[in-house]
Formats: sequence, C-alpha cells, structure tokens
Amino acid sequence: MTAVPTGRNEALYFALRNGKLLAGLVVLVPLLVLAAAAPLIAGGDPNAYVATPASPPSAERWFGTTMFGQDIFAQFVYGLRVTFVVGVLGGGLAAIIGMAIGFTAGYRGGLVDEVLNMLTNIVLVLPALAVLLIVNAYLGVRSVGVQALFIGLTSWPWAARAIRAQTFSLRSRDFVDLAKLSGVRTWKIITREIAPNMSSYLFMTFILLFGGSILIAASLDFIGLGPSEGVSLGLMLNNAARWSALHLGMWWWFIPPGAGITAIVGALYVMNVGLDEVFNPKLREL
Amino acid sequence: MTLRVDDLRVHYRTLRGEVKALDGVSFGVGDGEILGLAGESGCGKTTLGKSLIRMDGRMRLAGGTVSLDGAELPIGDDRRMNPFRFKRVSLIPQYSMSAMNPTRRIGRMITELLASRGESVDTAELERRLDLVELPRDILGRYPIELSGGMKQRMVMVISTLLDPSLLIADEITSALDVSTQKAVARTLVEFRDRGFVRSMIFITHDISLTYQIADTIMVMYAGRLAEKAPASVIVSEPRHPYTRMLISSLPEVGVRHAERRLSGIPGRPPALLDPPQGCRFRDRCPLAFDRCAEDPPPIEVAPGHHVACWKA
Amino acid sequence: MRRYFGRKLLVYGLTFLVAVTINWMIPRFMPGDPVQSMLARANVSQPAAVEAMRAHYTSLFGLDLPLWEQYGNFWAALFRGDLGTSIWLFPTPVTDVIIRAVPYTLALLIPSILLSWWAGNRFGAFAARRRWLDNTVLPIGYVLTATPYMWLAILLAWGLGIVAGIFPVSGGYSFAMRPNWSWEFVGNLALHWFLPFVSLFLVAFGGWAIGMRNMIIYELEADYSTYLSSLGASRRLIRRYAFRNAVLPQITGLALQLGVLVAGALVTEIVFSYPGLGHLILQAIQNQDFFLLQGTFLFIVVGVLVANFIIDIVYVLVDPRTRTGIGGEAA
Repeated sequence: MTAVPTGRNEALYFALRNGKLLAGLVVLVPLLVLAAAAPLIAGGDPNAYVATPASPPSAERWFGTTMFGQDIFAQFVYGLRVTFVVGVLGGGLAAIIGMAIGFTAGYRGGLVDEVLNMLTNIVLVLPALAVLLIVNAYLGVRSVGVQALFIGLTSWPWAARAIRAQTFSLRSRDFVDLAKLSGVRTWKIITREIAPNMSSYLFMTFILLFGGSILIAASLDFIGLGPSEGVSLGLMLNNAARWSALHLGMWWWFIPPGAGITAIVGALYVMNVGLDEVFNPKLREL
Repeated sequence: MTLRVDDLRVHYRTLRGEVKALDGVSFGVGDGEILGLAGESGCGKTTLGKSLIRMDGRMRLAGGTVSLDGAELPIGDDRRMNPFRFKRVSLIPQYSMSAMNPTRRIGRMITELLASRGESVDTAELERRLDLVELPRDILGRYPIELSGGMKQRMVMVISTLLDPSLLIADEITSALDVSTQKAVARTLVEFRDRGFVRSMIFITHDISLTYQIADTIMVMYAGRLAEKAPASVIVSEPRHPYTRMLISSLPEVGVRHAERRLSGIPGRPPALLDPPQGCRFRDRCPLAFDRCAEDPPPIEVAPGHHVACWKA
Repeated sequence: MRRYFGRKLLVYGLTFLVAVTINWMIPRFMPGDPVQSMLARANVSQPAAVEAMRAHYTSLFGLDLPLWEQYGNFWAALFRGDLGTSIWLFPTPVTDVIIRAVPYTLALLIPSILLSWWAGNRFGAFAARRRWLDNTVLPIGYVLTATPYMWLAILLAWGLGIVAGIFPVSGGYSFAMRPNWSWEFVGNLALHWFLPFVSLFLVAFGGWAIGMRNMIIYELEADYSTYLSSLGASRRLIRRYAFRNAVLPQITGLALQLGVLVAGALVTEIVFSYPGLGHLILQAIQNQDFFLLQGTFLFIVVGVLVANFIIDIVYVLVDPRTRTGIGGEAA
C-alpha cells in the first residue's frame, strides 16, 4: 500500500536516523580506536612499574597509578583490547555454534531436532560461570584465546534456541520450498535462502553474545581465573580489590576498568535495541 | 442514509512523502444496506475501512467529512472517536484468528471489554447469539487457543456486534477461509443484518464474486478513488467503467477465489499514489482511453444509484 | 502436561548427570596423578593431614580400578553426601562447609531475584510507550544491566560504605559478635546484607525493566491489542492485557537468567567478603582446595536445577496454554 525506500536503503535510512544506534556507536567507536591504538598511546608493557606508586590522576598519568606504580591508563587501554578480543572471539564462537545447531535443528526437524534440542537445554540450564570456574581452575587458562574458547563453548544455547525458532518459521516459506523442489542441497538452502533472510536477526544475536562474553570474562578475571598473562579490565578490578584499593580510597584504580566494561556492554545493548527498530518497522517511533 | 462520506482524503505518512491512499471518495450507505467494497490491493479499500473506525499511527486525515446517523464522525481525532467505536461503528478484523487475548478466557475478556466501555454483559442475549452462530455456550469458559479457526472467526463476529452498532466494517474476513466456510460466514453476516444486530455494513474483499452473494450494492475502487458504485446485480450484469468490466470478465465464474491474482491479467499496474498522475488514473491500462482522460472524470450518476467515474460511461 | 514435566525432568536429570561427569572427568585431564598434584598444590602443612587425605582420595579416585568402576564409586560417594574433605578448613567435610555458607547466598539471591523481577517488570511496563520515561529513565536501565556485578558492588561499597560510612563493607556480621538470635545480631546481619543485596538488585532490575519494555511494545502492536483499540477499549485494559502476556516470556527469561544471577551473587559476595558460596569459591581457589570447589559447583548446579523446576511449575500455573495441552512448549 505504501511506497517507502525498499530493502537495504530503507534500513540504512533508518539506521542513520536511529538515536539509539548512533549513541551506541558514539560510545563504542572511540573505545575501539583506543584499544586498536594501544601500543601507540600507552607504549610497551602495561604492567611495567613506571611511576610513583598509588598516585592519583595527574596531567602526566591520566588515570593515576596502582599500588605498585603501574600506569592505570596504559592498563586500561590494553585491557580494552583484551575485552574486545574476548567479546569477538567468545561471542563469535558462540554465534557459530548457535547457528550451526539452530539451523540444523530448525531445518531438519524430527529426531535430529529432538537430540539437538535436548543438548541445547542441558547446556542452557548448566550455569555457565560455575562450569567455567571448574574448567579454568583445573586446566588453568593462560591466554585470552583459551578463555574465549571456553566462554564460546558454554554460552551458545539461547542463541541456538532462538535461531532454531526462526528457522522453523522460515523453512515452510515459498522460497525455501522452491529451492527444495529444485533439488538444492540442504546446507546451500540454509546458507543461501534461510540465513540471508534472518541476517539482521543473526547480527543482533551476535551483538548480545559479544556483550555476554565480555561480562563472563570479566567475572572470571575478577575471581582470579582469568588469563594468567597480560592485563584485562577484569584483572584490573581483581587487583584493585585484592590490594584493598577500596579501603585505601584509590578510586582511580577501580573506577576506569568497570566503567570501560559498562560502556562497551551498555553501548552494545543500546545498539541492539536500535537495530531492532531499524529492522523491524513496527517498532519505529513515528 | 446511515453513513455519509464526503470527499474523504486519507494520507499515509512515509519517508518519501505522503501517499494519497484515499483521494477524495464520496458515497453513502443506507439503512440496512450491505455495501461490498472491491478492488485490487492498494486501491484504498482497507484504508477506507480503517479510517472509519481507527486510523493507525501513520495515517492522517487530509480532508473530507464522515457522518453517521446524521452526526459527524470525528474520524481524525482518536480520542473523540472512542465513544463511537464498538457502540456505533464496529469492526470484524482480517486477523480474527489472533484478535482475542490468548491468556484470557473468552467470557472474561468480553466482560472486561464491555466494562471498560461502561457496559455490562447481557448473558441471555450473548448466549442467543452464540446459538445463532452455532457455537457452544461453554465456549465462554475456554481460551482462544482451544478454538478452531472457524470458531474463532464466528466468536469475533459475535463480539464485534454485541452492542448492535449502526455500521459494521468487515475487512477481508474471508480471505483465510475455504470456500464453504466463506459462504457460511457471508450468510451469517446477512443474518446479523436481518436480525438488526447491525444496521448497515461495509464488506471489504478483493473477491468480487463473494461480494456479489451478500452485498446489496457494490463499490469498486481504483487507486484511491471510486471507479463505480451500483446495485450488486447491475455491477455484475452491466458494468460501465472499463476497469469494472475487466474485473468482472476476468472472473471465469462466480465463486472463484483470489480474483486478485487474476487481475494481473489486466496489463499494467495501478499508478503510485505518492504523486498520482493528473486525470483518470486507469488511463494507462485502459483500452478505451482517449484525450479527454487527461482530465479527472467526476463520478456521475448514470442511472439511479449507479455512479461511474469515466468519460466513456 | 505430564509430558511437559516429564521432558523437563529428563532434561534436568541429564544435566545433573553431565555436571557430575564433568566433575569426575576434569581432574583426570590434569597432567600426572590428580591426587598427587592436588595435594602438592594444597597448602596443608600437617604431614598427618596430608597422609589422611592421600588415603581418602586414593580410595575415592581409585586410579587402579577400571574407569567405569571409578565412575561408579564417584556416584556412590555422592549419594552418601560425601563430597570429600576441605583442605582450606581441614578436616571439615566439604558438605558441612557448603551447608554453612548456603543460607547467606540464598538470603542474597532469593530476595534480590524476586524483587528485581517484580519491580523491573512493573517499571518496564510503565515506561514503555511513554516518551519521556522511555527516553530518560530507560538508558539508566541499559547502563545498569551492562554493569558488571562486581563493579557496582565495589562502587556501592566505596560510596556508601567507605566514604559515607553508613554500611559495613565486609563480612556477614561484625567480627566482634557471635551468632545468636538477639535483635542486635539480626540487625547487624541485615546491615551487612543490605549493600550486597542492593547491588544485585540494581543490576538485575535494569535487565528486567528493559526486557519488559521491549516485550510490551511488541504486545501493544499485537493483533489482540489492535482489536481492543478498534473497539474503543480503555488504554488501561489494553496495557493490562499486554502486561499479562509480556510477563510470560519474562518468567522464561527468569529461568534463563538464573545462571547469570547466581554468577552475579558469587562475585558480589567476593567483593563484600560475604560468607556465602562465592566467598567459598574464592577461598577454594586461593587455597587450591579443589574438593571444596567441586562440591560448590555441584551444589550450585543442583540449586539452579531446582529453581528451574520451580519456575516451570509457576509457568504452568500462569499460562493457560500449557494447561490446555496445546502448544505446551514453554521455552
């Protein structure tokens, strides 16, 4: 009935005018740039002892120093890096597993669906952090990559379930039937017909998994089960708590890392709602 | 005359500007009359139906007046329109299958709906009407999910007409049903009118053959305007507008569904309503078009009750 | 409905099986003799204790037995309620250590989960489609739900505890007191409980508020809402129906969020040195007390499973569709 710009253009049009999406990007992009440029801004080793211990923020040391004279700004910038890496790898892996299981279960149905659904439900009710605690405590996690791997392996179930439901509703559509009738192979139907039709949904799922991975990683780091090498925002919080920054009134030690995590994850969530409005005409405000 | 619509203009707000979905439509519906509203999708029939009861957020009243039982109907003002809804104008929506709150027992939902309109349920009357549409009385204690599609359809019909409105709008209510159910629904609507549950009715459908079975008058719309309006038998036997003629002749026989698909048999497409062309809007697809069609053809009463907007009529 | 609960119980049973198996298997991935390496890493000074534990765990792990027998023994010990002996609090059995800590964790979790869920849903439903609220107050919800639990806990402890000096920031009760049922002690408990509770409550509140806000916007666009509006029903009735329908996915959401909430409670307890399970986990890790860690893990899993089952029951009571037996798949 109505003529609006169609398809991609329409999404772009609304994207550029969506306050939530833009606000999210305004927060996220500078942090991303900061993280990417960490070596340029903060020099080499963020854990090096470079200045007077426990000094508050100054013109020279923007975020002050730790009990041991490490530069908190340098740690923060490098920590951002790790946070983004954990988010992308952990969230990415979870998204891949979630898609693989969700598509297969939703498309194939029947027994395959039953089995995968059972698997999904089991992993879903297992409290992820508790499992990660055990695994990390025994096996020891040395690198960010391994941490992200374990996070990815435990946080996919809700995504799988959501994607399964979407696939379920798509698989009986005309274009899928057509492809099936013309003898296109299953994985091709999934990648060519089904996935593109829910690409916006998949992207939003990834964003949520991204944010979730960051929060789990931060909790693990805080408990003391994070990567044993390098620095991360969670580890900074862990150190601040362990060395009584709270009681010593060293607010500059524990505020930046938490604020960094909150800003990244919050921006992701807000962007997600913005994207929902962009892709879903019913939610647009008029 | 129950309903009087004068030069009604309703626009849709879109990114590119206002789409003139209804561009000056005038007609009336008499006491006890069932008006069938037909046309391709995008012709403005659904917009017209919505305008008369509740405009959605993107619609804007751009001009014209509507009166019901001699009083003005404030269709552009959501708040002022509210007292008229349900009591004077009611709706059977396209989406009867999902029109009822899934988590309330139907009886309770009806009670609460009526209470919010300051009315109470006349149980005896409600049960009489359930009997009439052959629904069991204990349906009031059930949840919508326990009903079949046909039962939901009939239930919604009963709910919508519970307060005996002057005007009932039935918007594409048959498109999801099979042919025999369609006919039953159509018969029920006529029965509702005959028993005075509703005074008059606008029956919107793209299925002109079904319309013919129940409507007293048929109005054919094209591109946001009235093309032709006449008693049902006249429209079918002696259509005057070239569009109506093509519409009728494209139906091989009465009772065929999905007239809409067959309409693709008429070459071309309706013009975009964002910036409609001057003159007759059917010109580009019309086999009879001539120079004069560059001017707007006004609807003319060619015979009593037979209005046609065509220079050749 | 029987089928519905049957399936649920099957999933929970299998989950428990998986959890126990993980618990049994993981130590075997550690290089070398797990008993040896655990004891070597443990900070136990008395030689007698080390010997006693070696005997205990060698019989528990029974490494000379075939694998399936080891596995069977593991289950047998579990059913006797034997989770081993804590190294950190040697020679207290792990089960005792955990049971002493559980009330503290539950006292934090249950009120914060229920209250945040209730208040968040109310608030989210209220804010939806009310422009000024939606645009000013909900961003706070996003910030809250994105906040790592431990960070909010640290901020509250610092602001209200250390700077303002209103609340204590460490422990379940004052060190100077002995647990008893006097008003004074209960008051002291409540004072120590307050900040951890508030910080859990706030983060969760933000999540529920946003979830409800988004959900109810969908419901207000649903066909039944449009139909009611077309029939001139009051805004109140429409919103009430929308809320009722939007609450259902939020109940499912509660089940999905349990793991996250428990994780939140664990780290919050660590910040406040609150003597619940989170505190135990920290101690277990710092003292290399793997038996305590494993026991706590199993306890948390069982707790989450039980909570899930309770939520399933509530869902059936609230959603008529599951009771009528059609479309019973409650997420």
